[in-house]
Amino acid sequence: MVSSFMERGRIYPKTFFPVLLLFLALFVLGVIASILFGARSLSLQEVLGGLFGGGELYESSVVQKRIVRTVFALCCGAALGIAGVLMQAVTRNPLADPAILGVNNGAAFFVVCGVAFFQMNTAREYIWFALAGALLTAIFVLGIGSMGRGGASPLKLVLAGAATSAALSSLVTAVLIPRLNAMEEFRFWQAGSVGAGTWDSFSLLLPFLVVGTIAAVISAPALNALALGDETATGLGVKTAFLRYVAALAGVILCGATTAVAGPIGFVGLLSAHVIRALIGPDLRYLIPMSALAGAVILTVSDVAGRLIGRPGELEVGVLTAFIGAPLLIILAVKAKVRAT
Amino acid sequence: MRIMATELVKQARMRQRGRWVAVTAILAVLAAALCCAMLLLGNTIYPVRDVVAVLLGEEVKGATFAVRTIRLPRMLAGLFAGFAFGVSGYVFQTMLRNPLANPNVIGITAGSSAAAVFCIIVLGAGKAATSTAAVIAGLLTVLVIYGLARGRSFSIGRMILVGIGIQAMCNSAITYLLLIAQEHSLPAAVRWLTGSLNGIRMEELAVLLVSCLVLTPVIVLLGRPLQLLELGEQTAVSLGVRTDRTRVALVVSAVVLSAVATAVTGPIAAVAFLAGPIAVRLAGTARANVIPAGLVGAALVLAADLAGQFAFPWKFPVGILTGIIGAPYLLYLIVRMNRKGEL
Repeated sequence: MVSSFMERGRIYPKTFFPVLLLFLALFVLGVIASILFGARSLSLQEVLGGLFGGGELYESSVVQKRIVRTVFALCCGAALGIAGVLMQAVTRNPLADPAILGVNNGAAFFVVCGVAFFQMNTAREYIWFALAGALLTAIFVLGIGSMGRGGASPLKLVLAGAATSAALSSLVTAVLIPRLNAMEEFRFWQAGSVGAGTWDSFSLLLPFLVVGTIAAVISAPALNALALGDETATGLGVKTAFLRYVAALAGVILCGATTAVAGPIGFVGLLSAHVIRALIGPDLRYLIPMSALAGAVILTVSDVAGRLIGRPGELEVGVLTAFIGAPLLIILAVKAKVRAT
Repeated sequence: MRIMATELVKQARMRQRGRWVAVTAILAVLAAALCCAMLLLGNTIYPVRDVVAVLLGEEVKGATFAVRTIRLPRMLAGLFAGFAFGVSGYVFQTMLRNPLANPNVIGITAGSSAAAVFCIIVLGAGKAATSTAAVIAGLLTVLVIYGLARGRSFSIGRMILVGIGIQAMCNSAITYLLLIAQEHSLPAAVRWLTGSLNGIRMEELAVLLVSCLVLTPVIVLLGRPLQLLELGEQTAVSLGVRTDRTRVALVVSAVVLSAVATAVTGPIAAVAFLAGPIAVRLAGTARANVIPAGLVGAALVLAADLAGQFAFPWKFPVGILTGIIGAPYLLYLIVRMNRKGEL
């Protein structure tokens, strides 16, 4: 009696707490590494001196910059982690990711247009462009990907995303080329980097992150029902169409806003969602927050690695996450059930 | 009655052959005209007499440099790289019976491009070494993709998915290599990610020219077995094709062509993908469309490069334009295949 009651009462996945602890530890290590390492690595004394005054001016400013950058990377990573889970849940497709579906490049194209044709200079001005671009691309790709027999299959979605992505990135370069000098800075943005993060861009991202996260958390139980199939979900009282729109919109807002402030960073959502799902199972109520945490860790650690690998310059974090994430895409493709022969 | 039927079939065949020959001839004329335009047009337009004189080896003040050092290599690179991409794309698409299965989409050109960047920009290696590395990388990519796509049962869909992943990896590797080589400039990135004909010199072209001249006849000779392979494995075997041998020969030739072209121009987007379907649409299927596909590829690259140089207030590299033309067609194809339920 007692044990069965306990069984029923256990609401957390078995591995939830160990995994949470593991990722919290990684989180702390990632933050420390992100403040210590860079083009010029600092010692612990220097960091403390820079933090609490008493250090030299140079160190203090470096520490300040790295703190901003770290906080910024954590937020972007969390947003991408949630966006990845949401897109996978909505499309019921393990291969969904903002980069693979071309949504990042859609946001990037609109931003480039805003800067080139409407004299926009700051993220505050073009963030709405980024969101519009992300939304239109998502609608377009999902539309093409779910045509025909059997609805959206991984192959259809990924192909539609890859083709759209290719078109958009050609267009981005075409817009950039005539403005080469004015937009040299923009090229680095185009590869996806958190290096340009400031408190301003952080405060810009924050409201979207909060809204997206709340929408994701609220829709999580209903998304769990959706995973059982549309008919079952309807039977359980879920308005499937409405839910899809809300969850997809939340995902698009999260990755669109991130792209506006940090450039198109791919594969973070794919990685975090799959790692966490493998560890704690598919319950979205836990998957969403944990994937946010994992996304933050992945992006921060990748950013530190990019700074160390690219010394004396730095390797944009988007390049690195693509290099780590693409093998996962390949593994998933090998496992996926694919019809076309 | 029976005689009439055979007569009719014979006539239809003759008509189709006639169409094939006519289309091929027209494509050849078109490519040649585009080549002439490449030589004649530029910042300064020299009289035809001067250009011909320069090509015949005479020295004409001003024209010699512009034509011999800049325009001729650019024209030859466009012609042969376009031809190579077109032929290799056609071979893959026909053999795998799927227009999406071409070196661009399944990541072979991206693999070759990464190897070429490594050799040229990081190692400072010579032309022959670069081309060899690009060929090896292309063949390795094919092996990896095929090995991974085989899984429990071989599927072209899985092959394409794996190829998209490989492409993402290769492109990030290219960006990294450009960074450590301090070549983090837009032109270099554009060349090795989407392809461009800017600044190509005569001495870079030798390997590409020789490969085209040697391998094109090989593939043309294999054209009949290739067409039979398109009908399916069993049909091909029962009609006397040694399928394994033919496949290996075709894949190796096609990969070498696309790799040596990539080593010179970068992976010019979408040409390998567009050329085959256009050639088949124009010329029909009376014969294997190896030469028409190559000519369409060459014409596409030359026309896109001319447009990129002269049609806009700024100069655009050829790969940007072919990418913008190619992607909507790719989307159209996906939509069509989705409708038919082929994906």
